Amino acid sequence: MPILWLFLIVAAISVVGYVMGRSRALQSAGGDIRGLHSLPNFYGANVMLKTMVPAFGLLIIWLLVQPLYVNSQVSGMIPDTAIKEGSSRSLVMAEVRRAASGLDAAVSQGQLPASVARDPNADVAVVTQGLKDAGQVVTSEITQPILNAAQSYTSMNAVGYSAMSVVVILLALAGAAIGWWQTHADYRARNVVEQGVRVLLLAAASIAILTTIGIVLSLVFNTWEFFKLYPASDFFFGTTWSPSFSGRGGSSELGIIPLLWGTFYISIVALLVAVPIGLFAAIYLSEYASPRVRAFAKPLLEVLAGIPTIVYGLFALLTVGPLLLDVFGDNGLGWMKAGTAVMTAGLVMGIMLIPFVSSLSDDIINAVPQAMRDGSYGLGATQSETIRQVVLPAALPGIVGAILLAASRAIGETMIVVLGAGAAARLSLNPFEAMTTVTAKIVSQLTGDADFASPEALVAFALGMTLFILTLGLNVFALYIVRKYREQYE
Amino acid sequence: MNDMSRVERQVDTNSIKLECRDCQVYYGDTHAIKDVNVDIEDKTVTAFIGPSGCGKSTFLRCLNRMNDTIDIARVMGSFKLDGEDIYDKRVDPVQLRAKVGMVFQKPNPFPKSIYDNVAYGPRIHGLAKNKAELDEIVEKSLRRGAIWDEVKDRLDAPGTGLSGGQQQRLCIARAVATEPEVLLMDEPCSALDPIATAQVEELIDELRSRYSVVIVTHSMQQAARVSQKTAFFHLGNLVEFGETGQIFTNPEDPRTESYITGRIG
Amino acid sequence: MTDASMQTPETGRRGTSLTATDERTRKRARAEKRFRFYGIIAIATGLFFLVVLFASILKEGIPAFTRTVVSVEFTLTPEQREEAEGTLFKTKAYSDLFIAELNKELAESGINVDFDEAAIERLLGKVGGTIRTFYADNPDKLGEPIMFDLAASSRVDGYFKGRVSRDTLQDSRFLQLSDLDLVDALKEAGIIKQAFNWPFITGADSGVDNPGGAGIGASVVGSFFMMLVVLVLSLPIGVAASIYLEEFAPQNKFTDLIEVNISNLAAVPSIVFGILGLAVFIQFMHLPQSAPLVGGLVLTLMTLPTIIISTRASLKAVPPSIRDAALGVGASKMQAVFHHVLPLAAPGILTGTIIGLAQALGETAPLLLIGMVGFVARGYPDGFLAGFTEPNSAMPAQIYTWAARADVGFYEKAWGGIIILLMFLLTMNIIAIILRRRFERRW
Repeated sequence: MPILWLFLIVAAISVVGYVMGRSRALQSAGGDIRGLHSLPNFYGANVMLKTMVPAFGLLIIWLLVQPLYVNSQVSGMIPDTAIKEGSSRSLVMAEVRRAASGLDAAVSQGQLPASVARDPNADVAVVTQGLKDAGQVVTSEITQPILNAAQSYTSMNAVGYSAMSVVVILLALAGAAIGWWQTHADYRARNVVEQGVRVLLLAAASIAILTTIGIVLSLVFNTWEFFKLYPASDFFFGTTWSPSFSGRGGSSELGIIPLLWGTFYISIVALLVAVPIGLFAAIYLSEYASPRVRAFAKPLLEVLAGIPTIVYGLFALLTVGPLLLDVFGDNGLGWMKAGTAVMTAGLVMGIMLIPFVSSLSDDIINAVPQAMRDGSYGLGATQSETIRQVVLPAALPGIVGAILLAASRAIGETMIVVLGAGAAARLSLNPFEAMTTVTAKIVSQLTGDADFASPEALVAFALGMTLFILTLGLNVFALYIVRKYREQYE
Repeated sequence: MNDMSRVERQVDTNSIKLECRDCQVYYGDTHAIKDVNVDIEDKTVTAFIGPSGCGKSTFLRCLNRMNDTIDIARVMGSFKLDGEDIYDKRVDPVQLRAKVGMVFQKPNPFPKSIYDNVAYGPRIHGLAKNKAELDEIVEKSLRRGAIWDEVKDRLDAPGTGLSGGQQQRLCIARAVATEPEVLLMDEPCSALDPIATAQVEELIDELRSRYSVVIVTHSMQQAARVSQKTAFFHLGNLVEFGETGQIFTNPEDPRTESYITGRIG
Repeated sequence: MTDASMQTPETGRRGTSLTATDERTRKRARAEKRFRFYGIIAIATGLFFLVVLFASILKEGIPAFTRTVVSVEFTLTPEQREEAEGTLFKTKAYSDLFIAELNKELAESGINVDFDEAAIERLLGKVGGTIRTFYADNPDKLGEPIMFDLAASSRVDGYFKGRVSRDTLQDSRFLQLSDLDLVDALKEAGIIKQAFNWPFITGADSGVDNPGGAGIGASVVGSFFMMLVVLVLSLPIGVAASIYLEEFAPQNKFTDLIEVNISNLAAVPSIVFGILGLAVFIQFMHLPQSAPLVGGLVLTLMTLPTIIISTRASLKAVPPSIRDAALGVGASKMQAVFHHVLPLAAPGILTGTIIGLAQALGETAPLLLIGMVGFVARGYPDGFLAGFTEPNSAMPAQIYTWAARADVGFYEKAWGGIIILLMFLLTMNIIAIILRRRFERRW
């Protein structure tokens, strides 16, 4: 693993730099640390920072940029004639990358002599056979342009990585040298080091921004690609969802409306379960329950929030679904055809959201000042009158915020609907029918065999974009309401 | 104290509204109120004074069972309102509090309109048969709370938007709207400026003609100004209880004297 | 105040007894009771769901920890081996020897039952192959009596656990009704019995047609490597970001931007992080699919907001007087934070990190998109570094894979996997609670 080695080499240089910087500083003060501006360790850390930060920074940037550069270069080498009908440049590139890694593996296993693997005029059949012997996946016969592209892909990468190693190590050495050379009794090492650490802290904090940018870019870029292949109006207003499985041709109908309907229907069922139970549980726990009941019931309810969603998914698929089918199925009321349905997923999702609603509402109800309750009791109101007419109206904005947050959770929930809601996209009002949601379809479109460049796969990004915007809007709005509410009583 | 003054006091006395005997309050293990005996008279302002933490507010909250809302508080002894034990099992604290209203230290209007604040009590107790009657009760109560003229044009505005003094008078109006027989006031002026305090004090004096008022106060001047009877609490004990004039000019107990003259407190 | 307003007639309520309740009060008391009752019902419903959930997990999952084995003591002499190796169908020769042994043991117990080789294969799979491999690997065991514990097929296992019954069984190439007679006979002879299913805990996933042999061990290892990545990345980054925001960040637009981003990322659906991982790490950076490294990176980004929020809370809980004291003796801001504030906040940070890790451990949706589902993790990674980059599964992904397979035998495995997953989560949460109890400081 060369990158690990490179990492260790740079780390070693910086440790040596630390020791040398520290001793040089002591030396320059004649061995008396009182003569130094900063503690000796700061001089060492100064050299260390100057060694590591630029070297690792360059390493990361290089690792990000090189594949892009090599890809674009190699991709340019493939003649248009080598791209088959119905295929695309990105597909061919995937083939090239597979061939390249296959060649490396075949050579290292000894199934193919290195000279053959590197020979641009090598017999394609021999190479293909060598790859197969080495147990590499070869989807089709390797063609001459692909072999050549794969060879230059390998060689460019090899050159790139060795260049990277050399440059990174040189940079580390240069940094160490500069740091060492600067080291002097009067050098303000502490200030420099602290400034450096501060920048590192800022960089860590900025990762949140980078993540958001990453999410937005990956969604926007791929959604854009999707809309180039599939008209946006059909996507937003289409009432049929039926992707073709071949991934070829324009026979797919990818309308989001049935998916949105499924998402909202299931979320509404979930909220109908979670909001009354969660709210009344919160009211009881914060207003009526004795401390002992509270200490016992509150953590138990919150256990429901700590259970992974896959568990709820399985619970929906294997326990709740069959149970509902017994009651509402053909042996019972005859409303239900299969265990997976809106009702199943909604009910289980509601159970999952109970603690979410109850603990948020609990906080919010507790934030209503006691003086407000005293005022009501002092007038001879009963506890329930106080709660219904004073506490709840006062807490209403906060509770609405909590419900919106729960709704955003419900919309973004994946595992329960993947396992419990069914796979058919349907515009129906019957809650005992199977329906599907935006999240479930993101999973099924991206885990299937469809090629990433086809509209059937790219549609997942457009769905993801819709989901992201929906939940983001709900969250921002809900947090705004909750914050407003908190300020009112602070 | 000589025999003469005792006779005089009895002559002055109205009928006893609330009779408290051997009252004890515990907060968990803390003995907060010890052996307190007080008679609250009808149509009289009774002031509870004493240093912070002496138990006067705690005792006040016993009188309409507000301590029921605190889990760790235990109340013992006999409290009789017109001869009926208010801690009797058959008594609904809700009914009791309709008769014994309360105004709190900090103005606590509900986050509703001024009208709804005042109408809240009459509504829950069903005092009005229709909207017109309710309107009448609200106006009457706001007038009694001496705030009608300030708010009559904005009854729909939120009660929380008023100034501190106005809020407290709104809370008093809200309390009298349920037609209580006893009105308990827990330091009603501590959050108010002197002008608002003067308005509230004037109001208390007027309320005396209809209600028995019990007021807890930190200010001895206020007790002297508004009350006819004064009780001095110290460390959970009722040290002295008597005519306000008597307590302030000629206290029996040396502790009362020390407090009034500012040596303890 | 007008005089008139003071003179309104007193209401009739005045002077009524406290103990006499009127209709209205009774009605209000009933409403009060009703309201209270709703609350109790709500809590009871919530707890009822919890009980049902755990009951079904335990009821369905515990059978996964037992398996049905056929234990036969078997001795193979070197001569027998040579003879078997000399035949054309080598494994058949071994299997004949095994059947002979089985017949002998049955006869010893006085039980008589007819069966053929095909029935044994339906019950136990390719017995001959298993025995042959064993002796090929351990030639020194020849001639000694060896106890063979052979796993029964999933249907036989189902018969023992009540999943398969005589009434519902239909003859198929997997199991025939007549085979159950043999099973009953073996049971009577004490040859077939239930044993603790170690292979489930230590083993790897099997193919789609062999639910009996599926184990969760390999995916536990996959989860472990993923959690290692999450811990190594999210703890330092999270703590650094929190220190910056809590102690150093100036009040400006950029800081606000970071804050808004963190609070929004905390609420972004996990599937969106999966999309991010797919687009950035796999499509753009060409990192290997199904690798714990990629899973770890995605989960790190997902966990960071949680860790940052809890770390900031524990930094905030350290009173400013500590910082002032350090600054007062001439420490720099950086020294005050790293020497005093951070150590004091460490228990809280650790607790938050463990809870964040527990959340990441149970997360499934993003793993679906980076290819950790559908991959059959048939074995353990080859080494420590390979553990990060070799394709593997993770516990929740493995559970999903099993749940999505057609054979109902896998459902039991999925529930069993959930028990293991929940045990990990429980342990992590208990550690977090102990840390909090032990080191919690009240200022």
